[in-house]
Amino acid sequence: MEKALQPIIELREVKKHYQMGPVTVEALRGISLKVFPGDYISILGPSGCGKSTLLNILGCLDQPTSGAYLLEGKDVAQLDDDELSQVRGKRLGFIFQSYNLIQALTVVENIEVPLYYQGIPEKEGRKIAEKLAGQVGLGTRLDHRPTELSGGQQQRVAIARALASDPALILADEATGNLDSKSGGEILQIFDELNAQGKTLIMITHDEKMADRTPRVIRLKDGEIVVDTGKRFDISGRMSKEEEKVSAV
Amino acid sequence: MSALSHKPLADLSPFRLKRAVLMGIKSLWMHKLRSLLTAMGIVFGVCSVIAMLAIGEGASHEAQEQIKNLGSQNVILQSVKPSGSASSAAEETRSLILEYGLTYRDIDQIRSTIPGVDVVVPARKMKDFLWNNSVSVDGTILGTVPWYPEMRNRRVLKGRFFTAVEMESRGSVCVLNEVLATQLFPLSSPVGKSVRLQSSYYTVIGIIESRPPAVAGNSSGGDGGGSAEDANADMEMLIPLTTLLERFGEVLVKYRSGSFEAEKVELHEVTIKIDKPERVLSCSQAIEHLLERNHKNKDYVMTVPLELLKQAERTKQIFNIVLGSIAAISLLVGGIGIMNIMLATVTERTREIGIRRALGAKRRDIVLQFLIETILLSGSGGLLGVALGLAIPILITQFADMITIIRLWAPTLAFSISVFIGVVFGIYPALRAAGMNPVEALRHE
Repeated sequence: MEKALQPIIELREVKKHYQMGPVTVEALRGISLKVFPGDYISILGPSGCGKSTLLNILGCLDQPTSGAYLLEGKDVAQLDDDELSQVRGKRLGFIFQSYNLIQALTVVENIEVPLYYQGIPEKEGRKIAEKLAGQVGLGTRLDHRPTELSGGQQQRVAIARALASDPALILADEATGNLDSKSGGEILQIFDELNAQGKTLIMITHDEKMADRTPRVIRLKDGEIVVDTGKRFDISGRMSKEEEKVSAV
Repeated sequence: MSALSHKPLADLSPFRLKRAVLMGIKSLWMHKLRSLLTAMGIVFGVCSVIAMLAIGEGASHEAQEQIKNLGSQNVILQSVKPSGSASSAAEETRSLILEYGLTYRDIDQIRSTIPGVDVVVPARKMKDFLWNNSVSVDGTILGTVPWYPEMRNRRVLKGRFFTAVEMESRGSVCVLNEVLATQLFPLSSPVGKSVRLQSSYYTVIGIIESRPPAVAGNSSGGDGGGSAEDANADMEMLIPLTTLLERFGEVLVKYRSGSFEAEKVELHEVTIKIDKPERVLSCSQAIEHLLERNHKNKDYVMTVPLELLKQAERTKQIFNIVLGSIAAISLLVGGIGIMNIMLATVTERTREIGIRRALGAKRRDIVLQFLIETILLSGSGGLLGVALGLAIPILITQFADMITIIRLWAPTLAFSISVFIGVVFGIYPALRAAGMNPVEALRHE
């Protein structure tokens, strides 16, 4: 039989609780999820449903209260702060709603930041950064500062930065939330192209239109997955039943 | 913070350090005015430390030089008019001979009873007019011995000093000090010419350095006598003691506004050299003791240069401690200023910290970044302070005519303290930055 694909991400009954004074808020109430290489997923849900919490956990910025998170087979809970930083820098790419570029740095320097923290030599890093800037259409603006760019351009810098260390997974948090529909469309175009090149992307959004765009849609409500369409177009052509946990809304 | 403690800055290659420094410069450059103002505290701290030390060093150096010129192994005794009876006694016994001062007996006793006394230089002084043809000067004639210059650290500038033979033969030779030489012989070299004193002529054989201005500071012997005799001491003619004794005897007559005063003083000045430096203080005490017995009415002054030197050093030490505390306080204030700004910067850049953490920065990367910024601030402030601190003493010397001395250790110390302050006051803000939760930092406005 065909060999089962190794998932990039595997969440097993992940729960996250916050202590808000005397009240315990259950942000995530047992999320189980597998993400395979080449997946293109949008996570939808109303605000307060736990999207951001889930993204923070996926991004190794936060640790779950219980349950296991395996990133490329490694249990994230076992990693110390330095190793988590390393994972974030090497295996994950972040794209934020408000771009989050460093204002003091130029376009090319912003793209270089993850490479710098991995200790990649300056010249090599510069070469990678320039190439990526070209790919997102900013090859002529290498030495501009973020404030000199439009929102769409800034978000493209952020995409180039997320790609710099050739991560296993790209996490986008409302990436088009601050953009007009035209620049937003351009950004989504880039995401489509990236997925077509085999990149794995997870987008968090509350925009219903996104659901039509991505092959796989996960809907969250009150900290639980209520819909997971599974993989519509599995690379291996196999539809995994266990993922298709479709409970009616 | 555990990650910090077990391998601090482990994978810190020169390449990363260089880039971290460049990054620090860049973000400081973003807020030029703020960085400049923050560094100012250190600039003025460092600059005042260096300038004050230079001034202090200059002032004490001058005093110490004067003291050293007296010879650190010497004990100098001078005769003074007994203070208590001086004025009243002079009124009543105007015509009588006033007898006071050090005697040959004192010297003999000192030499025979106190061990360690090496050389004794006796000297007599009198005041009279010195003539070169029609030019006259009211000067001091000092009768002394051939080894006087060596003992008192006074260099013979031209010609030579008189010798033992001239001393023995009571020769009519003299050595002028520099001031007197230029007064009496303004145009030509006096060596080989003659100077008239009363009825006899003396051949000038050399010129000696002028005595340094009288050392301020109390001599241990007289309590109020002081060296009033030295009023005219800057015009000096030195002749052999034997010649002086033979020609003028022991009674000196001074003519003063119509009346005259006669004094009998055997020796005006005695310089005693002690053989070992560590013995100087004990010997001086013994000498003092002996003289106290011989001279009930305190008609002498004892000066121990070594003691003065020690006093001067003590003064300097106190001065340095005071300066040091002022400097420490001003640098502390500067450091607190830096820390304050860095804390504000950390808060202001919380989001940037969150971004960097999300992009793979470890805690120690963040610590390093902020620490480098503070060190850059305080270090550049220190450099600027050193430059200013070196310039100010030069200006002071130029305009206020004060000697200033910059020792190499002063700027070095001041600069390293400024860097040290950067580290000390930068650590806390840096740790605070690194300790932030990435999620919350990213959410920060």
